[in-house]
Amino acid sequence: MSSHSRRALMLAAAGVATVTLGLSGCAAGGGGSETEGAVTLTWFQGSGVETNIQTADALAAAFHKKNPDITVKVDASGPSDSAQLDNLMKTRLATGEMPDMFWYNSGSLLQALNPDQTMLNLKDEDFIDNLDDAWINSVSTENGIYGVPVQSAGGGGIFYNIPLYEELGLEVPKTWDEFLANAQKIKDAGHVAVEQTYGDTWTSQILTLADFYNVYASDEDWASQYTENKVNFADDPVAVKSFTKLQDLVEGGFLNVDFASAKLDDGLKAVATGTAANYPMLGFAQATIATNYPDNVDDVGFFGIPGESADKSGMTVWEPPALYAPANTPHPDAVKKFMAFIASPEGCDTITEALGVTGAYPVKGCTLPDGAPKIVADMLPYFDSGDLAPALEFLSPVKGPNLMQITVEVGSGIRDGKSGAELYDEDAAKQAQQLGLPGW
Amino acid sequence: MATLAPPLQKNELAKTSNLKRPRRYAHRMYPHWFLLPGAAIYTVLFIAPTFASFYFAFTRWTLFDVQFIGFDNFVTFFTDPQLSKGFTNTLIYGVLTSGLKVVLGLLLGVLLTSNILARGYLRAVVFFPVLVSTVGVGITFQALMDPFDGAINRTLAIFGIEGPGWLTDPTLVLYSIIAVDVWKGVGLAALIYMAGLVAIPRDYYEAARVDGAGAWDNFRHITLPLVRPATTTVVILSLIGGLRSFELIWAMTGGGPGFSSDVVASVIYKQYAAGFYGLSTAGNVVLFVLVSAIILPLFLWLNRKQTDL
Repeated sequence: MSSHSRRALMLAAAGVATVTLGLSGCAAGGGGSETEGAVTLTWFQGSGVETNIQTADALAAAFHKKNPDITVKVDASGPSDSAQLDNLMKTRLATGEMPDMFWYNSGSLLQALNPDQTMLNLKDEDFIDNLDDAWINSVSTENGIYGVPVQSAGGGGIFYNIPLYEELGLEVPKTWDEFLANAQKIKDAGHVAVEQTYGDTWTSQILTLADFYNVYASDEDWASQYTENKVNFADDPVAVKSFTKLQDLVEGGFLNVDFASAKLDDGLKAVATGTAANYPMLGFAQATIATNYPDNVDDVGFFGIPGESADKSGMTVWEPPALYAPANTPHPDAVKKFMAFIASPEGCDTITEALGVTGAYPVKGCTLPDGAPKIVADMLPYFDSGDLAPALEFLSPVKGPNLMQITVEVGSGIRDGKSGAELYDEDAAKQAQQLGLPGW
Repeated sequence: MATLAPPLQKNELAKTSNLKRPRRYAHRMYPHWFLLPGAAIYTVLFIAPTFASFYFAFTRWTLFDVQFIGFDNFVTFFTDPQLSKGFTNTLIYGVLTSGLKVVLGLLLGVLLTSNILARGYLRAVVFFPVLVSTVGVGITFQALMDPFDGAINRTLAIFGIEGPGWLTDPTLVLYSIIAVDVWKGVGLAALIYMAGLVAIPRDYYEAARVDGAGAWDNFRHITLPLVRPATTTVVILSLIGGLRSFELIWAMTGGGPGFSSDVVASVIYKQYAAGFYGLSTAGNVVLFVLVSAIILPLFLWLNRKQTDL
């Protein structure tokens, strides 16, 4: 009996050992290797956007040329789907397995990563002085500053086809009513007035998000009141327009017939080649037009989403994504050295060389070469005059996760603008509660 | 490990002189210790997370912090405006896919067990979609069902029919996905039915023929009652699959346009993707209870019917 149970015990022990071995096998950490002062840093990011990988590669190469003892290895193996990437980032940070540096959004999405606990604080570094205040706001918490900008800030608004506007004798609209009047003329002339591409669901929210300048112009304090749950979209007469504008477009019959299934590339093609007159889009897409339709680069112009009054027109700005480091990186000094390089005119020039001119850099002393493409050239006056508002996600951590589904519903006529705004307010409340904000 | 087994067996055999009690003998031949490695894996990877999820369902959980908030997650979950739509869609999806798989599966089963030309080939063709990745099927059909460039509407256009927006019309989208789900899953239902059908003794049909029964009588009074165990299996399997369905819907529409094709599982996934880990865990507990509440009584009822025969 005793030998029997001893054997059985050994079997059981072997079984348990197999399980624990199997589990501990998963826990191989990230981090770089180090020999004789030479350091290799790993930069982790998603695989979704080709130009982002180009940016990372260019910065890594330029920095290594200047600092031969530090090598930056770009690991763009993250998932291309943004929801999956969010979860991977959170999991890696929570388990301490994030490589030395990673690329992630600035603004509200950063807050969900709990930077105070998980990230390397850059608050006391000298290079922070090179960054402008709007940028610092979008990558900081009360306790720290965490990221440096890896691209340029760009505007969101309407891409328009210049030859089509000229052919019909249209002016760039200063108010939403003028925009709708133009749309009617374009429609009557037999063209698609406004292109929408809900096949790529995220594109449906651009008009609503880019309309934030008009809310900001009506009340500069709106975002902080929103964070405190004192204002919302449905009950604010200006903010609700960010949703009813989508309703105006579908009710006016201004959209392309395939709006429900068309994708981003279809939209860019339509506005570049003149199939459609207007397309609500973010400035970064200019690079895709330049690559895919090089003959039409100068045919596409840009204006901010028009509001109520002609003398208050401006543009909503998206801060660029950032490079962050986890708190437990084994090479904090090398990481900071690299970040200082990015937050300097040399860093900006490296990005410009890799991507061309895509917008303004939030780094002091950076200059843009002449000959910016038309879309970017149309944005620069807004930067010069200061008629700008950061997108709401850079002013408030409250952003509902279902906005893009709601804007598809409003933009396809499934739901009206007002009830879309109400639904979005409920959606945003969940995010605020998850973040544990006071007042919700 | 295998080399250890025979001596044990002999040892036990010698001790157990009373061979009239085979149950006890079987018990001794495989001691409970043998279960341990499997049980350990099952506990670590299944039981522990399941019970942990019952706890996390009552928390606000960011992966970094856990805060106990009582039933708040369940309140939020049930007051979610998308959820009523999600529940309705889940029920429609589960019942329709299950029902269609029963009817079409039985018809295909009867067809493919009868003497027809190229039977082996047809069996393979019917079963083939079961083997293909669900996500692959979803993406393929998303392309085929494109309202303007898709093969389906292009084909319809040849006959002068203007096809609808299969996946873009909010009233139609759920049924388009159901059709694809049935296409993909009916092969398995047919296979289960074929196994059930060939198990029916030929004698009954011969006896019925002597009594002058026609093909319909055979089907109605012999095939249908005797194939009931297969029906039970198909109903249970496809209903569980339908109520939990996610991959196909996610691959084809992501729950869209808007929320038109959201089911409970896709609502939960979106909450998880948004970082509402506590809330989505609560949703999974609800889904678990929902599926159990539908399947258990149904299973018992179907099985009781079976013994009545």
